[in-house]
Amino acid sequence: MSSAPNAANAAARDGADHHGGAAHGSFRGYMIGFLLSVVLTIIPFWLVMGDVFGNNMVTAVFVLELGVVQIFVHMYYFLHMNTKSEGGWTMMALIFTVVIVLIALIGSMWVMHHLNTHMMPMSPEHMMHQMP
Amino acid sequence: MAHTASTLEVDSTDVKFYVEDDGHGHGEGEHGHASDGGTMLGFWIYLMSDCLIFACLFATHAVLGRNYAAGPSPADLFDLKLILVSTFMLLLSSITYGFAMLEMDKDRVKPTLVWLAVTFFFGGCFLGLELYEFSHLFHEGATPQRSAFLSSFFTLVGTHGLHVTFGMIWMIVLGVQVWQRGLIPDNKRRLMCLSMFWHFLDVVWIGVFSFVYLMGVLQ
Repeated sequence: MSSAPNAANAAARDGADHHGGAAHGSFRGYMIGFLLSVVLTIIPFWLVMGDVFGNNMVTAVFVLELGVVQIFVHMYYFLHMNTKSEGGWTMMALIFTVVIVLIALIGSMWVMHHLNTHMMPMSPEHMMHQMP
Repeated sequence: MAHTASTLEVDSTDVKFYVEDDGHGHGEGEHGHASDGGTMLGFWIYLMSDCLIFACLFATHAVLGRNYAAGPSPADLFDLKLILVSTFMLLLSSITYGFAMLEMDKDRVKPTLVWLAVTFFFGGCFLGLELYEFSHLFHEGATPQRSAFLSSFFTLVGTHGLHVTFGMIWMIVLGVQVWQRGLIPDNKRRLMCLSMFWHFLDVVWIGVFSFVYLMGVLQ
């Protein structure tokens, strides 16, 4: 019986900073996330619509990087990701998924790029060269 | 007499246990999570599997996105101003859902429902703009059958739109439940799941507008 208050205290302490998979945010947190998202949305649209750099390659790199940053902002401020929720398992699931997604995306583009390169239509002379 | 006393003591311990469990809900170390029973983690894993579906569709679009088959290219078709507006609709719906969650934390039913309705409205605006865009594309002959680019485009963006549609249906159902039964623990858990779902859709949309629309127009 004497351990009951201790247990209750421990539970209360835990409960204060631990809310399962979706910890609750604060008004301030949501507003910071929202403002950051607005900025991170407007910049890439401005870069593309205004053709600010005049170089598609540079613009594409910026657009992709801003997209990744915005995804992090959403994960942190809206989805409240942290390393502690559910004993770290949500973070493990996320890391696993990110790895699989990167393999699927980069792998597909890499393989299909090579396929395209090797399947390019060849000129007749070139084909003659390659004949055994 | 002694027998009765011991029974009483056992009873009171049981009651204490029950109250403790109920009062502190999620948060008793490893096993804890009495109120959500791991639902949040399970739902998160569902979202991660959904993420894999979208990854496959993104990869397909990355591979096929330039195969126009002498048809229209993204630069001919996409109206970036429209996409910017619909992006903001989704962003606004995300923040208003956040406000609904904050009201839910304070156990205020009416404001929660109001913010849910506002979220539903912005979600509806997003969906309406998307349908308008699609009908516009169809009108110009840019149907999914036209080229590999358009097939993968409609599959990816359409799948996202379908998710938003189901999120909105879920929102109506949940709104009715909150209206009828108040913010009971079950409804709170459901609201938290829908919150994750809704914010997740916004994350996917970041990928769509960056990769499909903005980079599509650049090529």
